Amino acid sequence: MITYAAIFAFGCFSLAVLMNLWKVLFADEIADRILALDTMFINAIALMVLYGIALGTGIYFEASMIIAMLGFVSTVAYARFILRGNIIE
Amino acid sequence: MDLFFELLITGFLIMAGVFGLVGSFGLLKLNDAMSRLHAPTKATTLGVGGVLLASMTFAFAKGPHWSVHELMITLFLLLTAPITANFIAKVHIHQKETRDSLPAAGEDGVWATQNLDVSDNES
Repeated sequence: MITYAAIFAFGCFSLAVLMNLWKVLFADEIADRILALDTMFINAIALMVLYGIALGTGIYFEASMIIAMLGFVSTVAYARFILRGNIIE
Repeated sequence: MDLFFELLITGFLIMAGVFGLVGSFGLLKLNDAMSRLHAPTKATTLGVGGVLLASMTFAFAKGPHWSVHELMITLFLLLTAPITANFIAKVHIHQKETRDSLPAAGEDGVWATQNLDVSDNES
């Protein structure tokens, strides 16, 4: 039962990543691109944790933690670069 | 594994998948940039929270070692989602809106993010 639920969730999050990718490529505004990239990071975390559940290990926790931190930092850096022209003043 | 835990994990996973899909679909579907900000920052965060809850329950049911370190990711995402949303809203305001196109700010007159000194922007 968990296997089927995990396959369903894999499908949902994969579709979500594809939609984010579409938005990153064809957004008409820079704020949308930043938002789509941030959402893609969050969906990637979900996919990694799901992979850990599917394989029955806890090995992927550290990787998803690092991706969570990098996603926040890169989103803030991107937004700050658009707002101010440089990242660290 | 206990049937109760299997049902619980299945429920969490299905909830997470639906919320993740809704969050990303809203990013495509909604019309206005400020409305589009809502779908991913709320629904997708909830979706990831569901996956992490499922992971915690799975580790608890599988044994022998049990830990709640997935809560760290949940806490981190819940703390950072409003900050990134604020930054993205600021980007939108400074790129697409003018002082006249924004709604009235009440007694302050001007929205705070528009009320910067020009010398403040040069560094």
